[in-house]
Amino acid sequence: MANSKNNQAPTNPSRRNLLKSAGLVGAAVASSGAATQVIAADSSSSNCPPQPLEREALETLTAAENETLEALVDRILPSDENGPGAREARAAHYIDRSLASDNKEARGGYAIGLTILDEYARSNHGKPFHQLGASDQDAIITSVIDGDVPGFNPSGRGFFGMVRAHTIQGTFSDPYYGGNRNFVGWDMIGYPGVRIAASESDVAQGRALAPNHQSAYDISTFTKDMGKTGGAGNAN
Amino acid sequence: MPINLPKTDVIIVGLGAAGGVAALPLTSAGLKVIGLEAGGWLEGRDFAPDEIRNNTRNWPMAVQKCAQEAPTVRGYSNTTAKQGGHPMMNAVGGTTMHYWAQSWRLNPWDFKVVSNTTERYGASRIPANSTVEDWPFDYEELEPYYDKVEYTVGISGKAGNINGKIDQQGNIFEGARSREYPMQALRSSPFTELMSDAASKMGLNPFQGPAAIVTEPYDGRSPCLYHGFCNKGGCHVQAKSSTAFSTIPKALDTGNLDVVTHARVTKIVADNSGKVTGVEYLRGNEFYFQPADAVLLGSYAYENTRLLLLSKSRAYPNGLANNTGQVGRHYMTHHQGAPITALFPKDLHNWYGLPAQGVAIDEWADDNFDHSSLDFIGGANLWAHTDRRPMSAVFMRTFDVVSKNWGSQWKKFIMENADRTNTSYIQKTTLPYDHNYLDLDPTVKDPLGFPVTRITGRYGENELKIAEYAQNKMEQWYREAGAIEIYKYGLGSTMGATTHAYGGTRMGDNSKTNVVDRWGFSHEAPNLGVIGGSVMGTSGARNPTLTVQALAWRTAEYLANNWRSITS
Repeated sequence: MANSKNNQAPTNPSRRNLLKSAGLVGAAVASSGAATQVIAADSSSSNCPPQPLEREALETLTAAENETLEALVDRILPSDENGPGAREARAAHYIDRSLASDNKEARGGYAIGLTILDEYARSNHGKPFHQLGASDQDAIITSVIDGDVPGFNPSGRGFFGMVRAHTIQGTFSDPYYGGNRNFVGWDMIGYPGVRIAASESDVAQGRALAPNHQSAYDISTFTKDMGKTGGAGNAN
Repeated sequence: MPINLPKTDVIIVGLGAAGGVAALPLTSAGLKVIGLEAGGWLEGRDFAPDEIRNNTRNWPMAVQKCAQEAPTVRGYSNTTAKQGGHPMMNAVGGTTMHYWAQSWRLNPWDFKVVSNTTERYGASRIPANSTVEDWPFDYEELEPYYDKVEYTVGISGKAGNINGKIDQQGNIFEGARSREYPMQALRSSPFTELMSDAASKMGLNPFQGPAAIVTEPYDGRSPCLYHGFCNKGGCHVQAKSSTAFSTIPKALDTGNLDVVTHARVTKIVADNSGKVTGVEYLRGNEFYFQPADAVLLGSYAYENTRLLLLSKSRAYPNGLANNTGQVGRHYMTHHQGAPITALFPKDLHNWYGLPAQGVAIDEWADDNFDHSSLDFIGGANLWAHTDRRPMSAVFMRTFDVVSKNWGSQWKKFIMENADRTNTSYIQKTTLPYDHNYLDLDPTVKDPLGFPVTRITGRYGENELKIAEYAQNKMEQWYREAGAIEIYKYGLGSTMGATTHAYGGTRMGDNSKTNVVDRWGFSHEAPNLGVIGGSVMGTSGARNPTLTVQALAWRTAEYLANNWRSITS
């Protein structure tokens, strides 16, 4: 579930300022009781200062796979001078969760692809993928897309396209699915949010319309567990 | 052995766009109807505005049957067909639950393609290998049924031709209608106004299209709220005039309709005389036999054909109503592809709107323009609409503005342009050809062990020429509106499984080339009617649902009015 309110005070002022600078006040700090860890991204992989981010307990990926994936989604949609990206949106968390449910069939592809990426980084650059600088990471990604890195099934381009699609889903879908944390994705593109009605005046305002920062499932009228019942009207 | 159930008057297989309408005239006439539906009931609260569920994962909880029987597809008969997806859903109301709800009447030309083309340009202009025939009746015959559906289901729009009186606020090319729409069209938007102004400057006649979406309180339903999740989304206030919210409740009110949900029909049974006696279906873990005096088959084009081919009997060794081998022939899908995308230098304000909220150009549709110096017949309806959601926006093309679709430059591009692109919807005339057909796949089966439908289909030269012509017209329109970049998609080739599928049980007077007669009843099995796009012999250049519904109403009414002769 998305949390649109900050229900836990920041632990110290400096951390609060860091979150603020990343546009993240009320985001990661509001995550639920799941095991989390605060990590600092390698400053060499981004133009931004190190950003503390809480990570969620992994549901599918191994820790090593997840490190690579976190770095990969950050190169696809980077945190940069224009604001937070897929990393802050927790796109990797979305992917990890979806691989346990609706994207189960993609689990094997991630295992293979992330391993190849990391091994290629180690053998050609002497470091794991996630510890490389942004330009080295980008060079590897380009090689993967161009088909210069062997081992992908069916292709490096296919693997990258899949991760890119899932990164977009994880950044711009409803926060109900585990990504788009603190509505980072929707704010990034000026989407004013899910609502049950839009007046002509709302439409006229375009991206100037104040974002409402709610999940569809924060609207109490909507069924969450339709997947189990096959619809509200099917008591049988 | 299946469990035998008490006999009913009529079974409708599938309570979707067609079956959901057909139920009303039958039950209103006092006939007892059992509607067998593979899906269940959905309600407003099932329709959260959720792009992942609606558009990415395609309603996994409401495709319980169709997802298991997705057709296989190939372009040529000497290749192996591969299984793709299935675009429809299973629910009471069928795909009208989440369709775009554009509700057009066909142009009068679409009913008489052969004779009108021959008269105006000569018979040589009909593509050589096309199996196209005139419909067995003209637009005027269907007009009263279009009218009934528009008022009963609830269609909004603006008439362009009332009894011959032309109104430029509507479509000046439409066939004459007997009266205005029951309610005004969906509102315009900043984007539709931009496109409308551009079309007017080009000397064209832009107009807002008709939609099965109510724009004022209608029949106890609330008007559209424009929340932006209409595309493959259900309506939380029932403004979308799904049959589940319009004709089916009315039919239930008669007390003569019994809806059986989660029923998977496996066979239509016929006796040795060739009459249909009922249907077999699976529900839960039990097979049932439901006897009836008449059966209306309304399970969408792919399943209509499949169910007939699977229903073999002594009277019909090659499948029900298929002793002439016509079941599955004359298949075509609307050429909905070959769109173009435009980038504008300013925000378009399209986050909240719906695909049916658009502006149309009909100047190059059907035979609305002179084809004397052209090398094709038919044409395209150009549609500029307001549909946009976060993920669909970010998946936009980048034109040549940025060199790659990832990284900081790409991020900057989508931040700036998420609300600045628009992709057109260009619906084009498609003709039937001898080499395009549906049959049963020789190897791919559903979980019950029944072969799935196999599509063999590709667009002909006529379709590709229309596509190229229409893209150029659309580009001119976008450019006039201020577009700074244009991308044209490929012209299309294979006719995969789509929401606009036609043929397989074509309607016509000639029993050698058509499965059903002019009323929609089998030329071979007298008490079997077929409803849906599968009976249509031409596609027109616009969404089929309203025509499907008008035909379904007409077939059902004919059954009620001729009950004794059809069922005796």
